[in-house]
Amino acid sequence: MSQRQVLQVFEQYQKARTQFVQMVAELATRPQNIETLQNAGVMSLLRPLLLDVVPTIQQTAALALGRLANYNGDLAEAVVKGDILPQLVYSLAEQNRFYKKAAAFVLRAVGKHSPQLAQAIVDCGALDTLVICLEDFDPGVKEAAAWALGYIARHNAELSQAVVDAGAVPLLVLCIQEPEIALKRIAASALSDISKHSPELAQTVVDVGAIAHLAQMILNPDSKLKRQVLSALSQIAKHSVDLAEMVVEAEIFPVVLTCLKDKDDYVKKNASTLIREIAKHTPELSQLIVNTGGVAAVTDCIGSCKGNIRLPGIMMLGYVAAHSENLAMAVIVSKAVPQLSVCLSEEPEDHIKAAAAWALGQIGRHTPEHARAVAVTNTLPVLLSLYMSTESSEDLQTKSKKAIKSILQKCTYLPALEPFLYDAPPNILKHVVGQFSKVLPHDSKARRLFVTSGGLKKVQEIKAGPGSLLQEYINSINSCYPEEIVRYYSPGYSDALLQRVDSYQPLAN
Amino acid sequence: MATLARLQARSTFLAHQYYFRNSAVDVFRKKEYDAAVKIQSWFRGCRIRAYLRYLHRVATVIQKCWRGYLGRQHYQLIVKLEFCTMKMNLYNAMAVRIQKRWRGYRIRKYCFNYFYLKEYLKAVSETNDAIREALEEFAEMKEREEKKADLEREEKKRDYQARKMHYLLSTKQIPGIYNSPFRKDPDPWELRLQKAKPLISQRPKVKQKRGVNISNRLACTSARSLPQSEILPPIDRKQCQGPFRDITEVLEQRYKPLEPTLWMAEPINELKMAREELRKQEWMRNINDNMFLPFSSYHKNKKYIPLMHSSSKYGPNSYGSQHFRDENPKKWICDKKFKFHEDRNVCLTYSLLYPHCLEQHLAKERKKERKKERKRKEKRKKERRKRFPNCITII
Repeated sequence: MSQRQVLQVFEQYQKARTQFVQMVAELATRPQNIETLQNAGVMSLLRPLLLDVVPTIQQTAALALGRLANYNGDLAEAVVKGDILPQLVYSLAEQNRFYKKAAAFVLRAVGKHSPQLAQAIVDCGALDTLVICLEDFDPGVKEAAAWALGYIARHNAELSQAVVDAGAVPLLVLCIQEPEIALKRIAASALSDISKHSPELAQTVVDVGAIAHLAQMILNPDSKLKRQVLSALSQIAKHSVDLAEMVVEAEIFPVVLTCLKDKDDYVKKNASTLIREIAKHTPELSQLIVNTGGVAAVTDCIGSCKGNIRLPGIMMLGYVAAHSENLAMAVIVSKAVPQLSVCLSEEPEDHIKAAAAWALGQIGRHTPEHARAVAVTNTLPVLLSLYMSTESSEDLQTKSKKAIKSILQKCTYLPALEPFLYDAPPNILKHVVGQFSKVLPHDSKARRLFVTSGGLKKVQEIKAGPGSLLQEYINSINSCYPEEIVRYYSPGYSDALLQRVDSYQPLAN
Repeated sequence: MATLARLQARSTFLAHQYYFRNSAVDVFRKKEYDAAVKIQSWFRGCRIRAYLRYLHRVATVIQKCWRGYLGRQHYQLIVKLEFCTMKMNLYNAMAVRIQKRWRGYRIRKYCFNYFYLKEYLKAVSETNDAIREALEEFAEMKEREEKKADLEREEKKRDYQARKMHYLLSTKQIPGIYNSPFRKDPDPWELRLQKAKPLISQRPKVKQKRGVNISNRLACTSARSLPQSEILPPIDRKQCQGPFRDITEVLEQRYKPLEPTLWMAEPINELKMAREELRKQEWMRNINDNMFLPFSSYHKNKKYIPLMHSSSKYGPNSYGSQHFRDENPKKWICDKKFKFHEDRNVCLTYSLLYPHCLEQHLAKERKKERKKERKRKEKRKKERRKRFPNCITII
């Protein structure tokens, strides 16, 4: 009676605990239950179960805690406040791999919400144990540890530095070389999060030789992995010229261009981000990209996607064209201008339009040839309308204004300038008239066209303050034509003529 | 006396007459004097004026010549200046032409080469087209691969299903559900069922991890990520009957590598080759390819070309080689040669003055001495021979 009954009691209790913890873990997967669970005070109940004798109960309790903390920041704070973390950290070092996975999951769930929570995790010494977990044999443990480290390092530079100081980076690079795809993904995303904050951190990542492995993995067919790898490389390359050069030396071109044709949109986006980060530093790097045909690939990529995915590609074209006029000419030759004008007209979002306007301005500002190439595609009226419309954001207005100004100052393609005479505001009209005054004295056909299309008439109607630049331009235009024509088109000429008719006395025979 | 008286009486009259006659002249004297003065002054004036005119003319001539000279000098200067200016203008114009050409060339070649830019842009557009094509191909290839993979998966699924439903195969007696007698052809499932092997229920296979597709495994480029494929088990072969040795032993022996002795391992002309090698290395290191010759006159193989002067068929002239003085024997006092004075001091002084004469003299003396010695020796020899006719003298 005695021993068995006693043992039965214990067994029942154990069964009850197991069931409770499993049910809680299952309920925690659904978001609608979590509120109720929280109100029921599940935290305080789960906490002692972490110290349970039975390993399965510990693991499931940890799993449940992780799911709860994953849901929102308050619960994560509750986890921190409940002093659960030191216990987790301590047992991370000792327990089996399932527990390690669950504990790492909890740390990740807590650390992802805010920098303060991540700092709390760092303060209780979790980083060292997580780094030890990175050396574990089981790939699942490594994955969980790498994920937790990635989320901690994501918030700011100090936390990243703490992660690096704990010696995580070489182990993460080793993790990248493992055969399991999920582990590679997580390790790549962790490296990306570490290197995004500052050049020193990126240099630390590079010093361990991460670039070579990351570059190798661009060829991998898994799209999620490619996303992370490309993101990591772009975070490394964005900081300085040396880092960008090191990324380029890993021979990613022209392999990266194949990623621009990938089905997954985010792979395309990250690939164009990477190319953008490399192109923006120096003209030589942009030249390299142009020579490998990157501009054409990016243009096609812009054509094949919509929305925010296009944005890095558009910016990349702008950066390349901004460096020098030869590069801008190369961009024009790659048929990027029609694509950019399509983006400008059809994109609904203002920031993408602003980027397209900026890119067009960079392309067209160098020489009359470039301005002509931009003007031929009829983008200038679109830019003008964007500048004038009240719905455009400040940023869009400034950018389109700058683009118009810089293009107009070099534009000698008169058919594109003529519409501007009619609906441009005075500050832009000044430039337009100035351009006319530069071109008309030398080109007789243009003069004829100017008269027949009604431009001369419009110019006469412009009121300009005497002695202003606009008046000077108008005068120089008028001096290109014989006086009669100027008088003919000046406003009020018909009235003057009629007056003369009135006052004319026919000669008496 | 009468005359005297008369004269004396007349004297006062004379005096008066004298005086009056003289004074009458006086009236005209001044006039005449003035007239004379006037004439003279006028004449002098004319003369002086003529002289002045002459002087003026002469001075004019001098000044004219001098001014002409100065003017011509000035003109020369102007001409020279003009000429220099014209030359300088010409040089400047030519220099401008050269500079124009050079500047155009320099800009076109080094700073901005328009044709190079055009070529570059053409190359860029060609690369772009190539890249676009390549990317299109790549995308198509990917699509094809995906479709193929999908089809294969479908096939596999259907195959698996057919294997599971193998029991629905029609037999001879009972047609299966897919082989209805009212149909013309059996359903394709029927054919599939015929082809499929029946599925033996086994223990459930270990579920593969979702992430690892075949395609993933193929594309993983890291060495460690390649699956460790098992070595296929050897095909069981029956052992041949008979006293055959183990096949591994046989192969080992058959394909044993050659182990030559040291003597055989080296080529026969190894020494010669080594010497050649050494020679080649030295030749490589030599700065000077000419051999250092052992004797200085080794290379003096130039044939001596004597003077025409001395090799003429008319025989050499002894003057210049045998004697250098012009001798006229007719003028000699005596036919004996000049001899030194016996006095020593004189000899010395003489020898100091003419050392070569001293040498000659001394040489002659020595000759004489030797001759005397020889004669003496011969004498002694004769004497000895006379005295001892049979003895053989050992020299």
